[in-house]
Amino acid sequence: MALINIKNREVQIKIVYYGPGRGGKTTNLEYINKTYRKQIKTEMVSLKTQDDRTLFFDFLPFDVGQIKGFDVTIQLYTVPGQVKYNATRKLVLRGVDGVVFVADVQKEQRKKNIESLNQLYENLKTYNLDLFKIPFVMQYNKIDLKNSDIPIIPSKIMQKDLNSLIKAPAFEASALKGGNVILTLKKIISMTLASIQDQIF
Amino acid sequence: MFTENQLKAIDSVIHTNLMEAGIDHVIFMDMAGNTIAKHDNGKNRLDSIAFAALAAGNFAAVDAMAKLVGESEFSLLFHKGEKSSIHFSKASDDTLLITMFNKDISLGLVRLKAGEAIEQINEILSNE
Repeated sequence: MALINIKNREVQIKIVYYGPGRGGKTTNLEYINKTYRKQIKTEMVSLKTQDDRTLFFDFLPFDVGQIKGFDVTIQLYTVPGQVKYNATRKLVLRGVDGVVFVADVQKEQRKKNIESLNQLYENLKTYNLDLFKIPFVMQYNKIDLKNSDIPIIPSKIMQKDLNSLIKAPAFEASALKGGNVILTLKKIISMTLASIQDQIF
Repeated sequence: MFTENQLKAIDSVIHTNLMEAGIDHVIFMDMAGNTIAKHDNGKNRLDSIAFAALAAGNFAAVDAMAKLVGESEFSLLFHKGEKSSIHFSKASDDTLLITMFNKDISLGLVRLKAGEAIEQINEILSNE
């Protein structure tokens, strides 16, 4: 849940990038870090394994300025995508205000996307959160592979697989090249702010 | 949400019990990694935002380990460094009190002061 500090007029919001392993969650944060370097007061924190896979989480806080007199800080987290790390994924979701699901459009990842989304639903339930109610944005990442030999799933099928019931805003993106990374971020921020505005504004 | 009076009272408790005892940094935070109150002695710089996120992760991981070994919780964590050390205590199901202190202060004193501060903070938070 967002932390609202009336005394210092600060709001801290937690947004988690969730999805299957090697889907591009960390790459999303790295692109945001590079793009908004000036607004980011701190270094991006990455807890990773020796072979560069996320072990616990990545963390990137940045200020979005003042909204109605409150300084708003967005705290972006990723979860580790590897299947075995579900206990840690659950820990990172504690207190989440908004979720971006980074799905991988590679054909061979189809099953993993669906499994990961199902697990997100279950993990949110342990915190009494409902995937259908929480601010949620879907991102179909690695769309740049369209121009390669690697087979990808068309967005229409991705929508059917992952978003036919949730009907969340969805973006085709390329975290590596930055395509729609910022658009995804702006969408989840605006949805999350809208969801907590009754509490603050 | 905490009221302005609660936040002021928490600040005062931290100042009186911990900062005046010579502790370098104090962070009172929620388990999601959000800082509720932070104090420092002005001598050392600390990236408290990143620190709080890591502290929440650290505490959550240890808490999960406690469950695996059949403990309901490990309510206290302590990391000892050469020059400074960190003491974590669970204040409630949702909050943590973290103190960083140098080698001039004993762990016993920190534990005593942190315990008193937590008692007072929980008292403040129970009075709406």
